[in-house]
Amino acid sequence: MKTEEIHQTLTARLGDAIGALHAETIDPWIEVQATAIVDVTRACKEDPALRFDFLSSLCGVDAGDSMFVVYHLYSYALRHSTVLKVKVPKDTPVTRSVTGVWRGADWFEREAYDLFGVRFEGHPDLRRILLPDDWEGHPLRKEYVFPSHYGGIDNTRDYNI
Amino acid sequence: MSLYNELPATFVTTNVDKLMNWGRASSLWYLLFGLACCGIELMQTGGPRADLDRFGSVPRATPRQSDLMIVAGTVTLKMASRVKLLYDQMPHPKYVISMGSCANCGGLFDKGYSVLRGVDKVIPVDLYVPGCPPRPEALTEGILEIQDKIHRERYLIRNS
Amino acid sequence: MLFDFANVLVFLLLAVGFAAAIMLAGHFIRPRIVENDKDIAYECGEKPVGDARVQFNFRFYLVAIVFVIFDVEVAFMFPVAAVFRSWVEQGRGALALAEVLIFVAILFVGLIYVWSKGDLRWNAGRMKGET
Repeated sequence: MKTEEIHQTLTARLGDAIGALHAETIDPWIEVQATAIVDVTRACKEDPALRFDFLSSLCGVDAGDSMFVVYHLYSYALRHSTVLKVKVPKDTPVTRSVTGVWRGADWFEREAYDLFGVRFEGHPDLRRILLPDDWEGHPLRKEYVFPSHYGGIDNTRDYNI
Repeated sequence: MSLYNELPATFVTTNVDKLMNWGRASSLWYLLFGLACCGIELMQTGGPRADLDRFGSVPRATPRQSDLMIVAGTVTLKMASRVKLLYDQMPHPKYVISMGSCANCGGLFDKGYSVLRGVDKVIPVDLYVPGCPPRPEALTEGILEIQDKIHRERYLIRNS
Repeated sequence: MLFDFANVLVFLLLAVGFAAAIMLAGHFIRPRIVENDKDIAYECGEKPVGDARVQFNFRFYLVAIVFVIFDVEVAFMFPVAAVFRSWVEQGRGALALAEVLIFVAILFVGLIYVWSKGDLRWNAGRMKGET
């Protein structure tokens, strides 16, 4: 199924939780409201025409004044894929966790929290996964300033060139 | 009652030094510390073609039995405290080779937020081997340079 | 006759003396520098947490006890085996065999007891006190 048909199926099933279809990019994506993402993803997984049984990837994107959480879904049963995006405000980036739908979302969401600061409500164990536990800040945000020292180690290097 | 670095400089020791240094340099056991891609080249330098074992250098997995630490690969800030602790746990006399660009100065990844820009920020380095990654021949030359350095040392004379 | 063992004594003195001499030389030669965290327990670069003394599971004790008992039994059977052939030639082979079999049977009862009580099970089910 193409993403347009997936969008129609989802809109028919769920109504206004589903936002617009953005078809101008290489991978057309469907915008979803943050409060409804769990219902939408559960519908994606259980609907017999969709059957998205595999979450390929879940990541965050810093888009300047807002942040997106991007879900790449794939169906092994029906061999189609789609992209969902959830827009969250930059100052309080909070959304629901989809670990109840796909267990594999667990570490993806931990990574999104670690690098972007997006909080996932309902996540069983939301903590940093890549950076050390006492790291301050979320590095992949656009306004992040790289630290000049960590843990007593001075990390600056003077280059003459 | 250790004689290491004990005798004042008025003493002259020649053959004793040569014996001690020959013994130490001919069996430089290195700590297997491959962190990234340079670790592959470290393994190959210990492999059959560029054999490090012919110099008496065998890899050890524990710092307690090694007297050379070859830091091969990118050191992240998370890893830096562990590198320091492993260096501390090596018995004296100990040497450090910084292998590859990442261990020398941060290398390719020195613009990264989590990369330590050179392992000499946490431990004292005796020899830098440039390369990305250095060929096994380059690392072998590094081992030979460390051996020369050991031969130039005075084991019993103080502060030499 | 005792002089035949002089060889053994010399070897013993040489071996112990050699090892002692090497260790004495090492005592003088090696540096003794303790700084930073050099002497804490090695845990692959992490600071160690907690104590290394954990309570052993008592299944090891049970296996060890059963082993010791039957090992001693085997040790007692060796002299019987050593003289058995000469006893058979003297016509007392049946007596020796009967004695050994009674000995084994007594200990076999103990083995049946241990086995049926389940003490030889390694990890089937939960033992009392095991969490």
